[in-house]
Amino acid sequence: MKVGIGLPNTVPGCDGATLVEWARRADGGPFSTLAVLDRVRYDSVEPFAALSAAAAVTSRIGLATMIAIGPLRGAAMLAKQAVSVDALSGGRFTLGLAVGARLDDYDAAGVDHRTRGAALSTQLAYLRGEFDSAGIGPVVPFGAKGIGLLVGGTSGAALARMARYGDGYAHGGGPPRAFGSAATKALAAWRDLGRPGAPALWGQGYIALGDAERGRDYLRDYYAFTGPFAEKIAAGALTSVREVKDFVRGYADEGCDELILFPTVADLDDLDRLAEALS
Amino acid sequence: MKVAIIGAGPAGLYLAILLRKAGHEVSVLERNAPDATFGWGVVFSEETLGALRDADPATHLEITDSFARWSSVDIRYQGKLLRSRGHSFSAIARKHLLSILQRRAAELGADLRFGVEVDELPEADLVVAADGANSRVRTRDFRASVKPQGCKYVWFGTDLVLDSFTFSFKETEFGLFQAHAYPFDENTSTWIVECAEPVWRRAGLDTMSETESIAFCEKLFADDLGGHRLMSNRSLWLDFPLVRCASWHRGNVVLLGDAAHTAHFSIGSGTKLAMEDAIALATALARHSDLGAALTEYELDRQPMVERFQQAAGESAAYFGRTATYTGFEPVQFAFNLLTRSGRVSHTNLAQRDPDLIRVLDAWFAAGTSMVPGAVAPAPLFAPLRLGSTTLTNRLVAEDAGDPVRAAQAGAGLVMTGPVAVSPEGRICPDTPLTAEVSVDDVHQAGALVGLRLTHAGARGATRPPADGLDIPLPPTQAWPLLAASSVSFGPFAQTPKAMDAGDLAAARQAFADAATTAADAGVDVLELDLADGHLLAGFLSPLTNRRDDEWGGEHRWAYPLSVLDAVREVWPRLLSVRLTVTDWVPKGLGLPEGIRLAKAVREHGADLVHVRAGQSVAEARPEFRRGYLTTLSDQVRNQAGVPTLVGGYLTTPDEVNTIVAAGRADLCVLTPQPSPIEAVVLS
Repeated sequence: MKVGIGLPNTVPGCDGATLVEWARRADGGPFSTLAVLDRVRYDSVEPFAALSAAAAVTSRIGLATMIAIGPLRGAAMLAKQAVSVDALSGGRFTLGLAVGARLDDYDAAGVDHRTRGAALSTQLAYLRGEFDSAGIGPVVPFGAKGIGLLVGGTSGAALARMARYGDGYAHGGGPPRAFGSAATKALAAWRDLGRPGAPALWGQGYIALGDAERGRDYLRDYYAFTGPFAEKIAAGALTSVREVKDFVRGYADEGCDELILFPTVADLDDLDRLAEALS
Repeated sequence: MKVAIIGAGPAGLYLAILLRKAGHEVSVLERNAPDATFGWGVVFSEETLGALRDADPATHLEITDSFARWSSVDIRYQGKLLRSRGHSFSAIARKHLLSILQRRAAELGADLRFGVEVDELPEADLVVAADGANSRVRTRDFRASVKPQGCKYVWFGTDLVLDSFTFSFKETEFGLFQAHAYPFDENTSTWIVECAEPVWRRAGLDTMSETESIAFCEKLFADDLGGHRLMSNRSLWLDFPLVRCASWHRGNVVLLGDAAHTAHFSIGSGTKLAMEDAIALATALARHSDLGAALTEYELDRQPMVERFQQAAGESAAYFGRTATYTGFEPVQFAFNLLTRSGRVSHTNLAQRDPDLIRVLDAWFAAGTSMVPGAVAPAPLFAPLRLGSTTLTNRLVAEDAGDPVRAAQAGAGLVMTGPVAVSPEGRICPDTPLTAEVSVDDVHQAGALVGLRLTHAGARGATRPPADGLDIPLPPTQAWPLLAASSVSFGPFAQTPKAMDAGDLAAARQAFADAATTAADAGVDVLELDLADGHLLAGFLSPLTNRRDDEWGGEHRWAYPLSVLDAVREVWPRLLSVRLTVTDWVPKGLGLPEGIRLAKAVREHGADLVHVRAGQSVAEARPEFRRGYLTTLSDQVRNQAGVPTLVGGYLTTPDEVNTIVAAGRADLCVLTPQPSPIEAVVLS
């Protein structure tokens, strides 16, 4: 299993200099991928912009959205942003897409949230097919041969969408057991649709190694819209090296291919602590 | 901390005990009197007892001293008694359990107040709602879903003292009734009677008085009761309320036990889960000084466990809702099906608990009632299956397996190849073959039969190969014109197919028959006709994709696919399987009741086997993926349409196959074992 790290692009107050330094250090560390989250109505940096900045100061590490909320963007613009990041990074980009959980982001973007599932399917179909002849460059195909496509979500419809158009599954986080259960469903969907082989299975977690309480406060705030679940997500943050190691081992045992650990504070020391824990 | 517990059931009282021991100030508020209780005995497993011992040895001792214990399950069915051993359960009178807990809580200094209605939440640092499945606190402050689950049931006691957990099934002119009964002290047993709602209505139980209903049930189970009587304790016919609640705490209020979640009584876990909740909550409160953190940990700890039990309880409740469809089973299979109903007990688990039962089951499965006493047979998946004039060597089917000879060597008795398209425009992708590309002799030599799926992709044609994604249309320069029941495109950007005219219909039917003839000449053993997955013929079956108003549409949606089946049956001499979508998994689509009728029609038109499929009729559906997600559908098709079935649905272990085929949920299974690092070691 590979382990990647998140950029603090959705941690309020993270400035450009910190973001770029974070990316630079991650590139020199034991991380496979640098990933971003996506949120409109929050003090955060747009994911493709953040990855563009990261692309400029890195040479090795993979870049990924984990996930971007597809339907907030028109399909052509989404494709344009993705191929741009891919071009800036010399082909290091993986596009993770899902419908997200915040309806107010849809309202802010002026997009109907009631049809978001079907809208994401149409977007994925566009990226996998129509895009090739749409005249949008730089020309690079979406899918295993070009920009890898991960699809997230927990419903059967989301898993079918993943198995139809995707190369892999982006899980939304939780203890290893929850990941294992979702991974089984993803594999079942993949088989059901008759795709050969198996999907890449990506997982994620949160770290708060330096200041656990500040990290948890951030998670409570970031997930406040989920009501009572914010507390559970905050309680799941990994606050010690031992917890990180157990979590990494747990995910590996459940068949995870790539685990992304997201920061909860924009504190470079946390990146260094994680790098040390993993090496 | 000052804690107010609303409800003095087992969960509330047990929590009071544990929190008093931790030094908290505890009051318990109960609307009823201390000796008022409903229901009779409650069941515990060994695992729960261990947890109770660790949490409070004093009550554990008292509880276990008055336990009724048993290790066997009796299944009374069609006048026969089948006893399964090796199960370990115990039960206690609910009333007695409560009196032990009340006494202990009072001894420890909890303030127990009975006959108190709680209209306003009491002032306390922590308010615990342990006020049961109809929790008023939950209704007021939480978002929960409460739905009736399973059958009608009534909870009686009897002075017949059983020595095992007893299931008794009675067929009547109104339908099937069943009793779930178990002892709980030296004088009394619980006797729950259950039946499907229409049966209950037909029997007139909806209008009977309590006395009449007791008399009815006593008469019904007279031979089991042997002159003993049924006793009522406000025993009314009920619907079981399935309670699910996304979050169990809000501010300083937390839900406990049935107030937070219920699990259908037929897996006997309600009290167990409630008391385990109390232990988890007390533990979390001991670990965290912050109340919010403690309540969050309690939920994180308990919710996955509760979800697993609710899943199992749901399977069990659904099983008892359709038990009447299994009354044709031989007693040993009926028993095995019953014991494995919830998905928590498999063939392997039962082999450990009750090796005799499994030996006899396996021997019966291999040889039927002609088995000789003392017979030993391999596990059910290795039993041959005779269908018509064809004998399959075992119950394993390989599909999409790459090299068919390897698949045969890996153990499959039947290797399905294809799909082969019956015509060029029926191809799924450019490399979909038009004739079988398998060496039948080589597969035979490796010990398996060869199957071939014949398809016409219909609206799902002209796409890229599945390795590169599904339903991704080919560029116009590479695509070919598509045909379908109606001009309904399959997914976003997909080509709109032409609605087939009379000429197209005749040509496609002929193409299927010709392909079947070719396959027969090639020596293929099993032909599978594709009426599934949104392909051409399935497109006629679903109202979502068949919008025709001619003789092939509307109420005649089945007609064209069945006419193709007839044409194929006429020329195909060997085993014929129909791959069939039995539900679209879309509201307003084809649903399971129609799917079952369809399976029956397919059998009447000469299919020997139905390969049960679901979904994929349209691109946006609501499937439910998990391990074995098609098994229940196969079960219903097999036992309600009376047709042998083949089922996949992500089965990865031989144990799953043994359980499914021996329980009569399918006759054949597609097994897809996962690559194992152990295999890599063996082969290195």
